[in-house]
Amino acid sequence: MDRLEPIIRIQKLTKTFAGAGGGLTVLDNIDLDIYNGDVFGIIGVSGAGKSTLVRCINFLERPTSGTISFDGKDLNRLPEKALYKVRQSMGMIFQQFNLLMQRTALDNVCFPLEIAGKSRKESRVRAEALLELVELPDKARAYPGQLSGGQRQRVAIARALATDPKVLLCDEATSALDPKTTRGVLALLKEINRKLGVTVVVITHEMTVVEEICNKVAVIDACKIAETGDVSEVFIKPKSLAARKLFYPDDVTTEHFINSRCCRIVFDGNSSFEPVVADMVLRFRKTVNIIFADTKNIGGKAFGQMVLQLPEDDTSAEKMMEYLTAKGLAAEEVRDYV
Amino acid sequence: MFSRQILGMLGTGFLESIFMTFVSAAFAYLIGLPLGLTLVVTDKDGIRPKSWLNGILGVVINILRSVPFLILAITVMPLTRSVMGTTLGARATIVPLVIASAPFIARLVESAVKEVDKGVIEAAQSMGASPMQVVLRVMLPEAKPSLIVGSAIAVTTILSYSALTGFVGGGGLGDIAIRYGYNRYQTDIMLVTVVILVIIVQVIQEVGMKLARIGDKRK
Repeated sequence: MDRLEPIIRIQKLTKTFAGAGGGLTVLDNIDLDIYNGDVFGIIGVSGAGKSTLVRCINFLERPTSGTISFDGKDLNRLPEKALYKVRQSMGMIFQQFNLLMQRTALDNVCFPLEIAGKSRKESRVRAEALLELVELPDKARAYPGQLSGGQRQRVAIARALATDPKVLLCDEATSALDPKTTRGVLALLKEINRKLGVTVVVITHEMTVVEEICNKVAVIDACKIAETGDVSEVFIKPKSLAARKLFYPDDVTTEHFINSRCCRIVFDGNSSFEPVVADMVLRFRKTVNIIFADTKNIGGKAFGQMVLQLPEDDTSAEKMMEYLTAKGLAAEEVRDYV
Repeated sequence: MFSRQILGMLGTGFLESIFMTFVSAAFAYLIGLPLGLTLVVTDKDGIRPKSWLNGILGVVINILRSVPFLILAITVMPLTRSVMGTTLGARATIVPLVIASAPFIARLVESAVKEVDKGVIEAAQSMGASPMQVVLRVMLPEAKPSLIVGSAIAVTTILSYSALTGFVGGGGLGDIAIRYGYNRYQTDIMLVTVVILVIIVQVIQEVGMKLARIGDKRK
């Protein structure tokens, strides 16, 4: 598919729930483009409206105003029957897995194929292949009640993929799982994106999920998109307060430390293995004070930031800034906030 | 203890009671099951909210359920006569039994189906299931254990209603209990009919629970 044409385009999406006192707006004028092949993270704190947003994408919730286009089709204009067809090309997985408890794992995976009108035999063959893909071929006859959380989510993923969707929507898919199982499920999602070319939309409140698998991210805060872009970009230089709070939750507390010249160094994955700060101190023979440091390993590279309190005298401070810049690090002086 | 004649009568009464109960239950489910599903589907949190329809059905069901069964059986006698040709005997009793138990069954079905996890219904919708597919392929199969338990309750309730119809000329064990035990002071016959009724209820309840347990894959 054409890379330039977004597979999901959200324009001016607003969703208001009717209720006492005129209704509650949960999404306010959202614009978002998701391209084919992306692993797109939508991150925000609880109640920010992310779950409603993902349900608007497959029209489980009808937008109050605005348009959702999927694969060039405006969902608002589609008749009910056509909408069912469109939903078959959008798989969805959930925090609580939502498997049919009275069906075996295999029959759960068969379910969307039955809905789509496929024959029993064809469905079973496909379902068996999918259980293979999620590494649960031996659990085909097990009921969800007999499976662990991670296994249930794998079955749910197999089920969501049964109808060969172009997009996989994940609504807090790992939030009910322990860290180890989460990593396994995320790795599986990444693999599905890479091998099958399925665009993955990940709704989460956990930064680690975005770090682990997403290439694009949108930060949603108070019903609006606060910021969107490449994960590395948004992560290194969060522009919005909402993003800064999400990515560097401890950041805010350091504000009052700043009483002299400080500089923020941003690690963008280039010079993580060089002891830059130590070298600098040795070279200028002036001490710096590390006020804040938060670096993370994303895809094998170091990303993050560090805030240093520079020496009092201006010349040394200037020189240190120059040194850092020369080392290829993004360094900027900060005064008001970290 | 009893003469051959009395034993034969008790046997017939037993068969009549079973006949009335199960045939009435079958017809009542034909009405009550779709009615209960409609209540769930048209509920304000349902998959096709229709508050006016839901409201009307709710009121009608509540009215039918609040009329005492004997009064209802007498009230519908003209209908019974036009359908069955008579108001007496086991077959005639089926009409009031169906009318009285269908709304009750609708409520049993409603509460069983409402237990189905909303998330599972949402998942089916996310796969493009139509409302009809959600009802037939998700709600009913997922609610199966509760529906079976409900049907045991429904059948035993219908059985006790059927016994009541003895007062107005219905057939079965209730009729025997009233004619011999109540009208003729033959307490021993009444006792026997009661014991038979107790055994039938026990068996139906046990079988229902067992079937529900076997059919439930949640554990």
